Amino acid sequence: MKANKTSKWLWLLFPAFVACERTITEKNLQYESLNPTSTDANAGDWKPVILNVANEFPLAAPTATNVAVYNRELTEIKGFQATLTAEQRASIQYWSAGGVLRWNEIMRELVAKRNLPPAASADGTYPTPSAANPFGYPQFPFSNPPYAARAYAYVSVAQYDGLVAAYYYKRLYNRPAPHTVDANIKPLVPATNLPSYPSEDAVVAAVSVEMLKLLFPADIAYIQQKADEHMLARIMAGMNTRSDIEAGVQLARQVAAKVIARAAGDNMSRAVGTPAQWADLETQTAATGEMPWISKEFPKRPPMLPFFGRVKPFLFDSLTTIAIRPAAPPSTKSDKFRTELEEVNFYSKNATREQIRIVHFWGDGIATYTPPGHWNEIACDDFVKQKFSEVRWARNLALLNMAEMDAAITCWDAKFAYFNPRPSQVDPSIKTHTGLPNFPSYISGHSTFSAAAATILGHIVPARASAYNAMALEASLSRLYGAIHYRSDCEVGQAQGVKVGNYAIARAQTDGAN
Amino acid sequence: MNYIIRSTLFRLIMLAAITVTQLNAHAQTDMDALMMGKNNFCTGFMVGNSSWKNYWEGTLKRDNPNLGTVGSTMIGIMGNYGIKDNLNILFSVPYISNSASAGTLVKRQGLQDLTLTVKWMPVETTIGKADFSVYALGSYSTPLTNYVSDYLPLSIGLGAKTAMARIMADYQLGNFFTTASAAFFTRSNVSIDRVTYYTTRMHYTNEVEMPNMANFNLRAGYRSGKGYAEVIADIMQTNGGFDITRNNMPFLSNQMNASRIGVGFKYNFGKVEGLSAVGNAMFTVAGRNMGQATAISAGVFYIFDFNKKSNSKTQENESK
Repeated sequence: MKANKTSKWLWLLFPAFVACERTITEKNLQYESLNPTSTDANAGDWKPVILNVANEFPLAAPTATNVAVYNRELTEIKGFQATLTAEQRASIQYWSAGGVLRWNEIMRELVAKRNLPPAASADGTYPTPSAANPFGYPQFPFSNPPYAARAYAYVSVAQYDGLVAAYYYKRLYNRPAPHTVDANIKPLVPATNLPSYPSEDAVVAAVSVEMLKLLFPADIAYIQQKADEHMLARIMAGMNTRSDIEAGVQLARQVAAKVIARAAGDNMSRAVGTPAQWADLETQTAATGEMPWISKEFPKRPPMLPFFGRVKPFLFDSLTTIAIRPAAPPSTKSDKFRTELEEVNFYSKNATREQIRIVHFWGDGIATYTPPGHWNEIACDDFVKQKFSEVRWARNLALLNMAEMDAAITCWDAKFAYFNPRPSQVDPSIKTHTGLPNFPSYISGHSTFSAAAATILGHIVPARASAYNAMALEASLSRLYGAIHYRSDCEVGQAQGVKVGNYAIARAQTDGAN
Repeated sequence: MNYIIRSTLFRLIMLAAITVTQLNAHAQTDMDALMMGKNNFCTGFMVGNSSWKNYWEGTLKRDNPNLGTVGSTMIGIMGNYGIKDNLNILFSVPYISNSASAGTLVKRQGLQDLTLTVKWMPVETTIGKADFSVYALGSYSTPLTNYVSDYLPLSIGLGAKTAMARIMADYQLGNFFTTASAAFFTRSNVSIDRVTYYTTRMHYTNEVEMPNMANFNLRAGYRSGKGYAEVIADIMQTNGGFDITRNNMPFLSNQMNASRIGVGFKYNFGKVEGLSAVGNAMFTVAGRNMGQATAISAGVFYIFDFNKKSNSKTQENESK
């Protein structure tokens, strides 16, 4: 009887069973350890982007491996390996997927964290984030798509140049890895015969720290902690000694300094513009008889980085930015424009659930890693399967991210050359399935980013080329389905992205990595 | 006091609709200390409206001129069947439409979640001159359509399967009653349309883990054969979840809390046996990651008596 009474109450526990399927597997934690099919031992001969030559910065020769000072470094590794905790093993495993990959993820995370437009001030103006005061509100940066594209590019380029330099000295000094020198040290990750001085992981970590200090200054503590974990993981894994790491850090800082100098002079500091310049954009377009763009936000927000089109590109020069600018969009007074507006209106009201899924899948709006980040994620998923060496990872992501930054530049150049209205400005009855971006319509950023990425990625992983192109097309059309872009924005954006992607391919064909 | 035939009515439930839009959300039906008699079936519909202009972004109270006033309109059908005098099953299906008065975001509408509830009264006794009863409730709700959940504050629901357990006690002295209850909610993961999202860190999955929730509800008022009038205090809290960051949009796994006060009534039309009207109004006094909503709802219900001997249905009671 008593048992019966108890069982009557048992059903109250049933909520506990609903949530039993709560375990979530995150794909980035499933990546296998990097075990490259080729070490690319001659990558010291590849063409760097910012450095003039691989050995532009000197690196002193390492000590021999048979001297006491080196032996004490081996003792440190053995000490770690004798007492490894589960947490330390997890760290080794995490970083073994590849430093370039993990730092790319960290960058994407920082972009998503900081990709928030500042709230309006009480007086109806908007504060501009300031690198000089990154912790005050608004926090610096607002990592919107152009900012993010540039950030990914500089970090990737610095990693690549740092690794080209590192591989040069690896071959020159040919110091074996600790697990090769001492049989009592076990390689805890897949071992190669790549020389270990300077540590390629230290180069990647340290160069990333230096670049990210510039780009995400409010996150320095987090960034430094990640770098320390990364470098320690390599020592514990038996892959590098302390001096391998230190040499990598030393080399990386010099490379990063040169890349930072390039960034300081690339015109980004003038991309925000001034109220007078913003007003000029409007009057210039009005003078042509066309309808100028107006912010649909309340209060009206200044356009996002209106002079980003003048930032110095990586794959071509600023004169080329103007030379390849697409022709003007359909006049707002034309029949073609009316037809395209009607098409946007259709999707605003009639998008299917599948089209809305596509809008959100490619949305990459606020608090996300932006479209360039999305393409970095797509690239990384595929690169893992390609078993690239660390330096080839860096080279390929540098190509991708130079293309993405230059796509942002040419896209923003067009947007602010034509300064045309969004569909919802022309027809306020057009509601959108995703946030309406606060800058002119033509050409579509998503289309330009995606086509540029698909073009260079199709060159890097030819077997995936048609898949990339299909993704890029879907990403492009997602903006039409979302009712925030006209078809012309998307189609011309795609064509512009292909142009930029082809510049990246041209570089890839001549950088010595093939 | 067992001469009471427990007929009943029940009010709005929108178990899963606890979003920043829908303060109107949470269960009321199951929260009243009234049971349908055996073989009686009460059914009807409710309409409701909830709106807010101010909301809490984390703990910061603000408005947002790019949303204006966010409004939610609900039409729901619901039913309550008496398997036994002390064991009822309930269902509800709301249709919801959410829109913002400013900004460009498209409104969202559609059928939301089906909620099934079992309501059991294991204890019914007297304490001195008062009636005292204890209820145990369990419910399960599941989305009826593949609606867009990752579109707060305008999504019509959160897209989770939700299970709830509630324990409730009712005390009535003369015509004055007090009902207190506490509930625990657990929710399934929600699949969203994107493969990566950021909370307080990056997540490389389309699955969102939903924190558990708890609800505390206290009602007191006057109850007779004519119906009842009551005041309500309600606390909804999320155990876990994160705050909306500055000027960000809300997300499914935010910590959504709301403290609300309100009034409710039910009126039994004596002239038409089994017909009743209900209504309530709720106001949010404090919250976190939710709108400061004012919500009103009203409904009409009718009781079908499947007992052969058709004796009178409503008026006797509810006067527990």
